[in-house]
Amino acid sequence: MSERLTKSAARNIFYGGTAFFIVLFIALSVHTHLYIVNTSTDETTLTESVTRGKHVWERNACINCHSLLGEGAYFAPELGNVWVRYGGRDHAEGARMGLKAWMRAQPTRVPGRRQMPQFNLSEQELDDLIDFFEWTSRIDTQGWPPNTAG
Amino acid sequence: MKYSTQKLAYPYFIAALLLFMVQVLAGVLAGSVYAMPNFLSESLPFHIIRMIHTNALLVWLLLGYFGAAYFLIPEESERDIHSPKVAWLQLFIFVFAALAAVVSYLAGVHEGREFLEQPLWIKILLVVAFLLFLYNVSMTVLKGRKTVVTTILLLGMWGAALMFLFAFYNPGNLALDKMYWWYVVHIWVEGVWELIMASMLAFLLIKMTGVDREVIEKWLYVIVGLALFSGLLGTGHHYYWIGTPGYWQWIGSIFSVLEVLPFFAMVLWCFHMVYRSGRNHPNKAAMLWSLGCPVMAFFGAGVWGLLHSFSQVNFYSHGTQITAAHGHMAFYGAYVMLNLAFFTYALPQLRNAQPYNQILNMWSFWVMTAAMAFMTFTLTFAGVLQTHLQRVVGMGFMEIQQQLDLFYWMRLLAGVAFLVGALMYLYATLGPTTKQVSSSPNMQPAAR
Repeated sequence: MSERLTKSAARNIFYGGTAFFIVLFIALSVHTHLYIVNTSTDETTLTESVTRGKHVWERNACINCHSLLGEGAYFAPELGNVWVRYGGRDHAEGARMGLKAWMRAQPTRVPGRRQMPQFNLSEQELDDLIDFFEWTSRIDTQGWPPNTAG
Repeated sequence: MKYSTQKLAYPYFIAALLLFMVQVLAGVLAGSVYAMPNFLSESLPFHIIRMIHTNALLVWLLLGYFGAAYFLIPEESERDIHSPKVAWLQLFIFVFAALAAVVSYLAGVHEGREFLEQPLWIKILLVVAFLLFLYNVSMTVLKGRKTVVTTILLLGMWGAALMFLFAFYNPGNLALDKMYWWYVVHIWVEGVWELIMASMLAFLLIKMTGVDREVIEKWLYVIVGLALFSGLLGTGHHYYWIGTPGYWQWIGSIFSVLEVLPFFAMVLWCFHMVYRSGRNHPNKAAMLWSLGCPVMAFFGAGVWGLLHSFSQVNFYSHGTQITAAHGHMAFYGAYVMLNLAFFTYALPQLRNAQPYNQILNMWSFWVMTAAMAFMTFTLTFAGVLQTHLQRVVGMGFMEIQQQLDLFYWMRLLAGVAFLVGALMYLYATLGPTTKQVSSSPNMQPAAR
């Protein structure tokens, strides 16, 4: 092969092929963008409080311990489905109270157990964050995770 | 060393190695928290340590590429760097931004998307430094001899800067956020960074094996072609479960298999060129790193990546310690070893000494590589167990983690061993040279 393939042929294949795959990737990206906006997520319920909750999530770098839809630090539980795990689909108020109580009770200081810091979130911030979890739990993730353990 | 501005690489390499130490130290701390969960839990929580660990990695790797570019571009372009002042300014801004980020994290001030936690003003500084770099090296290359090595290197650097702009786009829709976040993260490490990697390796091969440039450059095109053909659509393996369409499961699975090819090609390329040259380059440590890099990249990025990138497997393994195992060996093999290879090659010239402390440097190679391999194995075992208990049996996350204790202790052990190896490397490359024979240009042997 090394005799038949010349350097200029290799160069042309590189540039041509790369251009082809960039165009293909952009086309699929456009479709994926539209699919997210129109199909897999519910933009009509993407309220101010959900957006504020996303910022609470970011400001406290939750992703550097937890994972969200499987991406993050794997040090603490998956939270993409935490709303479902707390029974939010059937008992929204109970789940909300449970999540707030849990975050307020941190750190547990139990020896040998991973510790979550106390982030001192306000009532408003807690509500926004939980709205964000609730909205996230309704993203169509092709059936992932396999069970509520996350 | 033929051009005085190649010296610009020296401060870049020193800054890179110091941040490498910060990264490894933070890694050992994070590993300690895994083994002893109450350790530092209130003074320096895990999320802060991890931000420093990952950010220091990205910054020192970039500093290494910048330094390597300043070292190799004068030789390739046959002219000095356009503006040494701009290079110093760039270094100053970049290191200042990196240190500011660390201080800012320690103070609890950060944004919250993984790896992109830098506050906005720091992100802007990073872009400014990057633009200064691109201006400086592009001007040099445009005015000088054009080679495939510099063209591919610049393509990789421009691509990296371009994709980083997506770090400034953070939509409120989480699925969209994640989709474009991968534009930065995936297209960096599984796309344009592979261009940087292949061109730096090509330069090392040309210099150390003495094989005809035409042959090495032809294969450089083949390798970077394979990298981009597979890597762009390979982004699909991150688009399985984040609200993206189902067809990505097909595309991602197929192109993930293909993503192994550029790394395998790099292994063949490096070994074949060294075999073919039959030349015995005196910098044996640099040769060892240059051969080790593609091999470990093939295992870490290629094999460990493929291990969990079929959608049917990833459905169960996504977001477990399997990913952590893959991430560690892939970054080490592909990009850490690449930089360490380049430093090992260039530092003796920059310090005007013969290749020195080769034995210690080669020991550090084996210590770090063995430690990283062991760490990857322990995390893989932890991940397989976690996947079964959590995703198949459905046990709770925290309950499972306690059962993985043994693996986390072994990982910490590997981390400490890695730190020892890294310190050995530091001493071997930057330590005292008093007992070395200083080389004047007319006494210099085959090492160029």
